[in-house]
Amino acid sequence: MIHSEKSIRSTCPYCGVGCQIDLQIKDEKIFRVDAPFGVAPNFGRLCTKGRFGTDYVHHPSRLKNPLIRKDIGTKPRKPIGMGGFREATWDEALDLAAEKFTEIVQQKGGDAIGTFCSAKATNEDNYLFQKFVRGVIGTNNVDHCARLCHAASVAGLQIALGTSAMSNSIAEMKDLDVFIVVGSNTSETHPVISTFLREAVVKNGAKLIVVDPRQIEMTQFATRWLRQKPGTDVVVFQAMAQVIIEEKLYDEAFIRERVEGFDDYAASIQESTPEWAEEISGTPADEIRAAARLYAKAEKAAIYWGMGISQSVHGTDNALSLANLALLTGNLGKAGTGLNPLRGQNNVQGCSDSGGLPAVFPGYQSVTDPAIKAKFELDWGVPLNPEAGLTTMEMVDAAEKGAITGYYVMGENPMMSEPDLRHARHVMEELDFVLVQDIFMNETGEYADIILPATSFAEKDGTFTNSDRRVQLIRDAVPAPGDARDDWEIISDLAQRVEKKLGREKSAGFVFDSPSAIWDEMARLTPEFQGITHARIVKEDGVHWPCPTPDHPGTPFLFADTFPSGKGKLTPLNYRSSLELPDDEYPLLLSTGRVLYHWHGGTMTRRSKLDDIYPDPTVEVHPKDAKPLSIEAGDWIKVRSRRGEIKVKALITKRSRPGMVFIPMHFAEAAANELTLDARDPQAKIPDYKVAAVVIEKS
Amino acid sequence: MSNKITLTIDGTEIEASENATIQQVLESINKPAPIICAHEVTTSEGLCRQCVVEVEGWRVLAPACVTKVNPGMVIFTDSEKVNRSRRTILEMLNASVDLSESPELQSQMDEFGADRERFPQAKTRQQDVKDDNPFFVRDYEKCLMCWRCVQACGDDIQYTYSISVGGRGFESKISTFFDTPMPETTCVFCGNCVAVCPTNALKSKTEFFMDQGLDYDAIRREKRAEKKKMGGGK
Repeated sequence: MIHSEKSIRSTCPYCGVGCQIDLQIKDEKIFRVDAPFGVAPNFGRLCTKGRFGTDYVHHPSRLKNPLIRKDIGTKPRKPIGMGGFREATWDEALDLAAEKFTEIVQQKGGDAIGTFCSAKATNEDNYLFQKFVRGVIGTNNVDHCARLCHAASVAGLQIALGTSAMSNSIAEMKDLDVFIVVGSNTSETHPVISTFLREAVVKNGAKLIVVDPRQIEMTQFATRWLRQKPGTDVVVFQAMAQVIIEEKLYDEAFIRERVEGFDDYAASIQESTPEWAEEISGTPADEIRAAARLYAKAEKAAIYWGMGISQSVHGTDNALSLANLALLTGNLGKAGTGLNPLRGQNNVQGCSDSGGLPAVFPGYQSVTDPAIKAKFELDWGVPLNPEAGLTTMEMVDAAEKGAITGYYVMGENPMMSEPDLRHARHVMEELDFVLVQDIFMNETGEYADIILPATSFAEKDGTFTNSDRRVQLIRDAVPAPGDARDDWEIISDLAQRVEKKLGREKSAGFVFDSPSAIWDEMARLTPEFQGITHARIVKEDGVHWPCPTPDHPGTPFLFADTFPSGKGKLTPLNYRSSLELPDDEYPLLLSTGRVLYHWHGGTMTRRSKLDDIYPDPTVEVHPKDAKPLSIEAGDWIKVRSRRGEIKVKALITKRSRPGMVFIPMHFAEAAANELTLDARDPQAKIPDYKVAAVVIEKS
Repeated sequence: MSNKITLTIDGTEIEASENATIQQVLESINKPAPIICAHEVTTSEGLCRQCVVEVEGWRVLAPACVTKVNPGMVIFTDSEKVNRSRRTILEMLNASVDLSESPELQSQMDEFGADRERFPQAKTRQQDVKDDNPFFVRDYEKCLMCWRCVQACGDDIQYTYSISVGGRGFESKISTFFDTPMPETTCVFCGNCVAVCPTNALKSKTEFFMDQGLDYDAIRREKRAEKKKMGGGK
């Protein structure tokens, strides 16, 4: 029997639920992960990734020393493995990186550098990263993978309510009356949240409406399952709104007091009948009517959604169609209601909150607002760029045109996560300088000139903000491998070197003795964080922002009295079909997503025991599509789109309708994004990962 | 707020809410009864009878975890009858089940003066360790049938329902449907069952390997070999 030498409270490094965990340590290794039963948000519950999947921390391939590409300066740059790099000291690597950045800034200006901060790193890491980018490099070109996941939810919620986060808390889920889960395979992507949702159904008699093209596990707990064709979500929700208005099921008082645009909106959806929706979406009109009545008549009703809503060329419209439903029925501003985008990464909420976006400082304060810019200039003591920066995919476009020549990538893997990877690789080959900072070598690191080894979540202090805006701590529990350093320390060191090389008289301020001090600086500049300190989180386990003062209790649910935009706004919408639909040449519709045992680009889970149970890239094929091609379960087959081709193992299942295949996105050897297309939502700039046309064949 | 009632515990008058269980009241006065099958996140079923207390006028001992309090109840938590019962339960469990990796039950045996050799001839639950997945092993000779894992898998945490009780009497055991290996069941390997197991009958595979003296790197090598043997991966 193994006895724990110490138990360290921390936050799970996987999804946005933000489960609290106790890392059990022996001989400086994590040998078991427990969860405290009395503590929010997970109350002792964990999923397989949190419980068994943190062993990647001790994987022998962790980066231990700074690395410099042997053929640095050669173009086009080619992807290389560890053998193409040589080990270097921190001094050499950081000086060289500083020199390269300085060169670009002096010759082409700061806007010639594109930067990616990290939804996996802490709030403190990300705050300092954007401070370096804005205050030293002099550009607002900073973005992260939120662009590729919930950008459309953010855009939609900004239009409707003037906000961009989950409105209600995880703790309220057990007490729901009626709730809709749409475009979220909750039991695989947010497994612990799914247990609370199932508890609401099984123990408390809540009614669940699932809207999803795939027969996900949550359908087993559903009262209604609306199976729309992929890409037709707007149609289903428009028709539900039409029923609610026609049958006068809306909340008149709520609309009168808190909502604008009702008359125009009501006029706009007169034709959007359930019959119209059935024709386009394949969802029976009667089911749509029943779902609309169930949702509208409930005392309290909530909506939860995932990537199925946002990763679409009309993702913003999808999110708006949900906001319209909540505004019509007054399902906002009280416990057990709300509009709740389930965030994917441990700190994707916090990375956005901390200013990891091109148009906003921490706390979503606009970089183009002169008063706010002046506030940050005064605090940091340096002039700032008044123009909003470029989004992730716009940076790729700018690099293609030569307007961006240098990249700084911290803890992200765009060479797995961008759509249309062949194109993304081509752009990467022509850059002048690429700096990567990560815990492992990955597909993006293979293009780097310099790689800086960072510590993992178990080796540093800081905070993550989970999906329901709860700021929680991670703690240094085990020693870092080799010479790896905390992200914030690396940024601080690099920033000071760049400032020196640029001849800056005054530093923007990068000397901190701890992440706690970095947090304090961010909180000083961000009204919603001002009541939160690391010491307070230690005492209370976690605090939900907004929390403006030390005696404010924090805010588990938003909009009790008002919306940030004043009144909520109903938005008329038009259905637009997806850009690439199946045809004779590419007869199947491809959707992509996640599976329970893996995580995003696979950098972590493929190096964990989780890989033992799900080792191979797969494709879900309906038996009706498999049979004519004599494809059997376990066969390796080719999947091809207009962009590329991959080889994957066939799973024969009726989970999706005939004519649709599903490929998980985690496998570098068969990356789903070789197939997806770079088609973007016009407002949110998010690419469509859920609809592309492919053909399959036996290989 | 529910109504308050008064009862007597070990000679002291206590006020309690009328819907409380005896155990809840004992917890409120910082005198919880010892437990085996109960757990803060699973539903008490009164299976193990370790939390029994004596109620004046009652013919049998009452399990504190599921018995509701009544006005005027007179309860003894430390009587000879109570302690003999608790001691005997521990002695019988220890005779058939391997409790060596349950520090809680070891300390209860010390507390109640249990004779670890009282039933030397008892039939044990000896059996092979079930090792059928990458995450945890099931060592059912350490299982005392507390049900916590079944409840965690079902309606108390996970709503996945992959394990249940199979067999009858002494032969009954925690099992999957038709005893199929875990990966072929609905199991999602959340390990919430492992977390509530009181005896290490469910144990993470990392600890299982470490018990055999392997360190982290050796475990990785071992698992890679195992994977190769099964024909998976690259």
